Amino acid sequence: MQNNKTLNYADGILQAFTYLLENHKEVFVFGQGLWSPWYVGSTMKDLDKKFGVERVIDSPVSEVAVTGAAIGASVCGYRPIVVHPRVDFMILAIDQIVSQAAKWSSMFGGQVHPAVTIRGIVNRGGEQGAQHSQALHAWFAHVPGLRVVMPATARDARDLLIASVLCDDPVLYIDDRWLYEWEEEDPGIQLLNLSEVGPHVLKNGNDITIVAASFSTKLAMDAAKTLEEEGISVEVVDLRVINPIHWDVILESVQKTGRLLAVDGGWQSCGLAGEIIAGVMEHVPLAVMKASPKRLTLTNAPAPTSKVLEEIYYTQPSQIISAVKEMIGSKVHV
Amino acid sequence: MTTHLIESLGNLSDPLCYQEPINIVGENKEILLNELRIMWVIRKAEEKIAEQIISGAIKCPCHLGIGQEAAAVGVSAYLTPNDKVFGAHRSHSHFLALGGTLDSLFAEVLGKVTGCSKGMGGSMHLFDPSIGFHGSVPIVGGSVPIATGAGLAAKLSKKGEVAVSYFGDGAIEEGAVQESLNLASVMKLPVIFVCENNLFSSHLHIELRQPANTTARFAQANLIEHAVIDGNDVVTVRKTAQRAIEHARAGKGPFFIEAVTYRWRGHVGPSEDTDVGVKRGAELSVWRKRDPLSRLALALIQSNMLTEKTHTDIQEEVDSQIKEAWQNALNAPYPELSAILETVYAK
Repeated sequence: MQNNKTLNYADGILQAFTYLLENHKEVFVFGQGLWSPWYVGSTMKDLDKKFGVERVIDSPVSEVAVTGAAIGASVCGYRPIVVHPRVDFMILAIDQIVSQAAKWSSMFGGQVHPAVTIRGIVNRGGEQGAQHSQALHAWFAHVPGLRVVMPATARDARDLLIASVLCDDPVLYIDDRWLYEWEEEDPGIQLLNLSEVGPHVLKNGNDITIVAASFSTKLAMDAAKTLEEEGISVEVVDLRVINPIHWDVILESVQKTGRLLAVDGGWQSCGLAGEIIAGVMEHVPLAVMKASPKRLTLTNAPAPTSKVLEEIYYTQPSQIISAVKEMIGSKVHV
Repeated sequence: MTTHLIESLGNLSDPLCYQEPINIVGENKEILLNELRIMWVIRKAEEKIAEQIISGAIKCPCHLGIGQEAAAVGVSAYLTPNDKVFGAHRSHSHFLALGGTLDSLFAEVLGKVTGCSKGMGGSMHLFDPSIGFHGSVPIVGGSVPIATGAGLAAKLSKKGEVAVSYFGDGAIEEGAVQESLNLASVMKLPVIFVCENNLFSSHLHIELRQPANTTARFAQANLIEHAVIDGNDVVTVRKTAQRAIEHARAGKGPFFIEAVTYRWRGHVGPSEDTDVGVKRGAELSVWRKRDPLSRLALALIQSNMLTEKTHTDIQEEVDSQIKEAWQNALNAPYPELSAILETVYAK
């Protein structure tokens, strides 16, 4: 593979598909738009031509049957990847994801594991509105039996997709189109065991811990860079896998900094940011905390269309910067 | 393929019809006797379960298929353990007809670790891939897309395997089933869709739920080869299933069997004359005359292939199997408490 070149997120996903289809004959891909690059950007470019339409299968507009069929093939020895070009449409298949794939191992006594990967794409902005913009990862992270993966970086986009597909459990892999151009240095493919993958420190710092996933991690990194120039040292913990969560790295970071800001691209109520704060506060002594924890999430409304409303709807780095400054200047509320 | 739309089951939904002994002309005696014996195993196993729900020994919801035994026995005749069969909430018969053991069924219903799902599934979640039974689930229509995917796997692996999807007339009202029929047809997947139309979904008769009482019209709409048959005639079911399986194995795509039948107990539980609050005693007493067991037994007796004495011997032998299996299940241990977390993810 390549050495120390740069890789962007979209190419990372494409490399993962290529690696999987080249090296694992039990892998196939199934979903809407796979023979049209319009649906999935450049992340699946020419896979149908390279690996054949028998293994890269464009499908009818049938989210339930296609997702269920992939689960069915997975219990017969295949490792299918289902592609839902928008999370909004994936909701139609929720019975198959939540009540079937996530349950089969448990309810059949651990004798079968649906080794299916369901790729849901978060695709928002551009005035797409309420039914084309949703990020509902928190719903799925609620469910035992599902692994939920949300890569932020290009290497993770690739390496965690490979790990998801080679994992024996059902995995929901959620990528975000706003990250497709984000680049990083790339030492080449790293094969990971998904059950061992947890949060990692993407940027070291001492004054505050920001925990985020997916595109929120990029926002945190952008904010951290600005704050660094102003003399505030931010540690960014990228979650990577949001169910089940491995807590050690997050707890260690907050123990060190004494401050926690959770940033999430979903809504606040019963969401991922609240889960992070709760999980930390259960384990880190109050005496360690230098400020009350805080969360930044989407505005509590369906996604708007008008661009002026979109600007206030989605979290901006400036909001993270303000929140961090406020927390650094504040004390724990007792 | 029929070119006109099937709009009615006709005589198949009239309980006064199809009461006579079934036609066994030219049929093999040993096969028929074996089918009779398996149907008795299924019937008596479910009667045992009904009895033990009443006694309080069984707590989990059990959907009994007493009266519907012929469909599963006929469909299973030409399947091999490499084929992939999926069931639904009323699947004891599907499991036993493929060779699932009484011990593992009873233990599962009691939540014992020797059960077919290690005591983690109960009556509604049965699993035994060694016989080709890859799972039953009680979300109505939930396993139909999964069976369709097993058909896709069979098509990709090119070994001539087929998938079987059992569901009822209620499931045909689910979008998941419509999507699956379309997908299986357009991709020419080797899936045998078996709709056991017992005319009821829970308490509600099909005529109050659908504009026609036959579900095969959805097969027609999706250009799927189909047959609408007396589901209480094991020979007819077996011959139809043979045709369906050969069709699918030959790469000609899916097949839809509508097996018309009737359940003698309520939607869930042991009750005989009420069905989730709805009395249907008078209708049931007529339907009982379309009994798949007595119609086969009488045909065998009239053809001198069976005596009353042999028939009694078969039933007594099954009784003793049931008794022993039930005792084994009672004696079996419950799952370790650690199983609740250990089964959530693969090791």
